[in-house]
Amino acid sequence: MARYEFYGYRRENGRVGIRNHVIILPLDDLSNAAAEAVATNIKGTLALPHAYGRLQFGEDLELHFRTLIGTGCNPNVAACVVIGIEPGWTGRVVEGIAATGKPVAGFAIETNGDISTIAAASRKAQEFVQWATEKQRERCPIEDLYVSTKCGESDTTSGLGSCPTVGNLIDKLDPLGVTTCFGETSELTGAEVVCASRAASRQVADKFMQVFNAYQEVIDRHKTSDLSESQPTKGNIAGGLTTIEEKAFGNLQKIGRKAKFIDVLKPAETPAKGPGLYYMDTSSAAAECVTLQAAAGFVVHLFPTGQGNVIGNPIEPVIKLTANPRTARTMREHIDLDVSGLLRREMNLGEAGDRLIDIMLRTCNGRLTCAEALGHREFVMTKLYQSA
Amino acid sequence: MTTSFIVHDKADTVGVVVVEDVQPGEDLNGWIMETDETITLKPLDPVPLGHKIALRDIKSGDTVLKYGNDVGRAVADIGKGRHVHVHNLKTKRW
Repeated sequence: MARYEFYGYRRENGRVGIRNHVIILPLDDLSNAAAEAVATNIKGTLALPHAYGRLQFGEDLELHFRTLIGTGCNPNVAACVVIGIEPGWTGRVVEGIAATGKPVAGFAIETNGDISTIAAASRKAQEFVQWATEKQRERCPIEDLYVSTKCGESDTTSGLGSCPTVGNLIDKLDPLGVTTCFGETSELTGAEVVCASRAASRQVADKFMQVFNAYQEVIDRHKTSDLSESQPTKGNIAGGLTTIEEKAFGNLQKIGRKAKFIDVLKPAETPAKGPGLYYMDTSSAAAECVTLQAAAGFVVHLFPTGQGNVIGNPIEPVIKLTANPRTARTMREHIDLDVSGLLRREMNLGEAGDRLIDIMLRTCNGRLTCAEALGHREFVMTKLYQSA
Repeated sequence: MTTSFIVHDKADTVGVVVVEDVQPGEDLNGWIMETDETITLKPLDPVPLGHKIALRDIKSGDTVLKYGNDVGRAVADIGKGRHVHVHNLKTKRW
């Protein structure tokens, strides 16, 4: 069996990252301006502005904290500056991230104002970035890798080529002890029974069906049509996908033919049952899903596309592959791996899977993805319901 | 020999056109992945890349099969060789 390795950054808690970011993380929408000012002042840092964090409550607030803390904890992050409007919730995020042992500091704007906060946070950010840039990559076994997957702007070529290529990678890497994750709850509609049959136990299958049914209730409560043009999207339909059932079976090709999923995660929940394939309850919107998977600690993402979704993520590199020959030709700057040869029968699935493993390991070793080179940094928090 | 359409499972009633600019007329070569068989089919409509073509006559109300599974219900009669999409196939869900 092939022996795979990569060069990563081993963090204080033993987890391994493939990037070395120093992030400036706003607690809330009000703190975006200060966070972005710090990232402008201090080169080599990255601000993650977002839209939420005020007057959220209950499970929605817990998800907000889990996403922010998880983002800071991700091993692709070397160190983190947190800025919030007030010190209480800011401190909660700082404490959560500090549990990893990595450098983290919090700054609150109230009683200081933006300018003093930016000055103090900039000094700390400079210290962090000069410390982080001395970190060296080291050789790591493949089982140190956490890989997530989600597809977007799918078409029928996704189910024929790009999704099965990810599935082939999972078939090959699951037995080697890699930790992997798929999600997209609404996008399994029609294929949910087949998906449940891939659970490792009856208990896990039941947990999946509970999550699936709860999501269906949300859709049933709010829908005004059969969701055509939303799910499948306009782009999906232009690409030849007609129904959600058809889209779902194509989507499910991403988990291959062999691996069983060993647990069902809440959005942004960190896997806790050891290596293996995990299901996460997520939206099927690309940026929301990848943001949640990054917050759960996944360090590299595999993203099959048909019509050409251009998404990236600020901390988790997103590798795009397509089997659509037109997309490979017309959107070349977005496509890391072209597997359209599968449709021309010029390559077989095993070869496509090997090429994906190769480009994934090169990405882990430092090669920028198309989305990174183009500056795609979509950081989108999932919101469960209205704020108070 | 160009493969112009691909079928996931032997049981499927639709295939996917995988080349650009299929026009009515000449026989197309298709490949059934499950069984690695080659079949031919004459298209009766222009079918864009990635869109589906009926492999047999499908009656209004019939379940359409792809991946060997139920992917929706025909809402019009669909002749063998016709373009299958939102005008003649609908979800059974939602």
